[in-house]
Order: sequence, then C-alpha cells, then structure tokens
Amino acid sequence: MDTTQSMKTPLKRVRGLGSAKSGTDHFWKQRLTALAGVPLTIVMVAVAIALVGKDATAAKAVVSHPLVAIPVILFFVSTMIHMRIGMQVIIEDYVHEEGPKVLLLALNTFFSIAVGLAGIFAVLKLSFGA
Amino acid sequence: MADSKARSERPLSPHLQIYKPAMTMIMSIVHRITGSALYFGTLLLVAWLVSAATSASAFETVHGVMTSWFGKLVMLGFSWALLHHMLGGIRHFIWDTGRGYGAEQRSFLAHATLAGSIALTVLVWVIAFAVR
Repeated sequence: MDTTQSMKTPLKRVRGLGSAKSGTDHFWKQRLTALAGVPLTIVMVAVAIALVGKDATAAKAVVSHPLVAIPVILFFVSTMIHMRIGMQVIIEDYVHEEGPKVLLLALNTFFSIAVGLAGIFAVLKLSFGA
Repeated sequence: MADSKARSERPLSPHLQIYKPAMTMIMSIVHRITGSALYFGTLLLVAWLVSAATSASAFETVHGVMTSWFGKLVMLGFSWALLHHMLGGIRHFIWDTGRGYGAEQRSFLAHATLAGSIALTVLVWVIAFAVR
C-alpha cells in the first residue's frame, strides 16, 4: 500500500478494499430471504395440506390458481437464494482443500438454480400449459 | 507456516467432545442439519410439481411413492425439518435485534424451538388427516 502522504481520509482509503468487495451482502440476503421465507413457508404448508388426497386434475386446479401459483413461485425465488448461501457457508466451514471447495461451490450454485427454475417452470406450465 | 511438528505438540483448545451437550448447542447444529436436509428435500417438492406438469402417469408414480408408508415417513421428517428451521430462523431474528442472549433466555429459546416445531408438525398432520 502507498505510504506517502495523501489527502484521503483512512475511511476513504479502505473503502472498496477487502477480499471480495461484497461486505455484508450474504448476511443481509440470508436475512431478507429468511424473512420472506416465514410467510411463504406457511403458505406452502397450507397448500400441501390442500393437496392431500387430490388427483392430478384437482392438484393442477389448486396449483394453477393465481393465489397459489404466485406465492409458490415467490417461495422458489427466495428459497433458491437462501439455500445457496446456506450451503455455501457449510461448504466453506468444512471443505478446506481449494479444488474440492471450488467444485462444490460451483455445484451448489448449479443445484440451487436448477431446483428453483425447475419448480418455477412446473408451476408456470401447470398454470398456462395445455 | 510454522513447523508442523512443533504445532502438533502444542495443546489443542477444548473442542466439542469436551463439553457436556447443552440444548443450545444441539439446537445450533440441528438448525444446520435441518437446513441441509431441506436443501435436498427441495428435490421432493420439485419432483412432485414436475410430475404434475408432465403427465397423469408421472404424477401417479410420484404420488404413489410419496403416499406410501415410507413416503409419508419422509414427508413427516420434511415437514418437521421445515417448521424447525423456520422457528430456528425466528430465533436468529430475535438475536439479530440484540435480545435473547442471557443464559436463561438462550436455554428457553432452544427448548421453545424444539417444542414449537414438534407441536406445529403434529398440528399440520392432524389437519392433513382431518381434511383428507
């Protein structure tokens, strides 16, 4: 680091530094998606109860209702962010070898996005599809 | 890096197995375990939705597996993990406000999380069987 005299304040100098330059991004997103997750989880449980004993046609009618489909899609959006951050923390806590760690972090991202998009696609197809 | 031999001869700081298990530490790791279980549990949710979006026969297959005795057992665990993780998250929100750090409060929250999740799971399944 440049040690010569500077007009910058120490705070100005340190801003923008740090390893990832993302600071509390994960901390905040994990709380935000957790907060969204509470009401959305309650809706998901209620929907699951409403689906008990339903056949394919009746189940489709339940899931495709806008008041069900919209929160279910919101649940997937919130959950795929939440589960990715959560699993990333677990991987970083327990896997210290660089190769396996990077591989698992990549797989974690793929898995979270694939699961989320598959769920959203299914809901959309049940809602709009033939 | 320090000499590894010298390092290995130093005493280690006390680790998990030294302590008598406390409810707070059990609920801490259970929050992580239920989170991990839910991570893979999303596959069940997606399998059900995708099968419903695919065909009647695909739906019947997945539905059949999930309503078998083994499927119901897995769904029971899934629902408990979900509700437990939700209550554990609410506990974390309480801590995020700077409250609930006293010894008695921590113990109460740990017990309340477990008791609450079991009670909610029983409630959900009673309702599910009642509306069936």
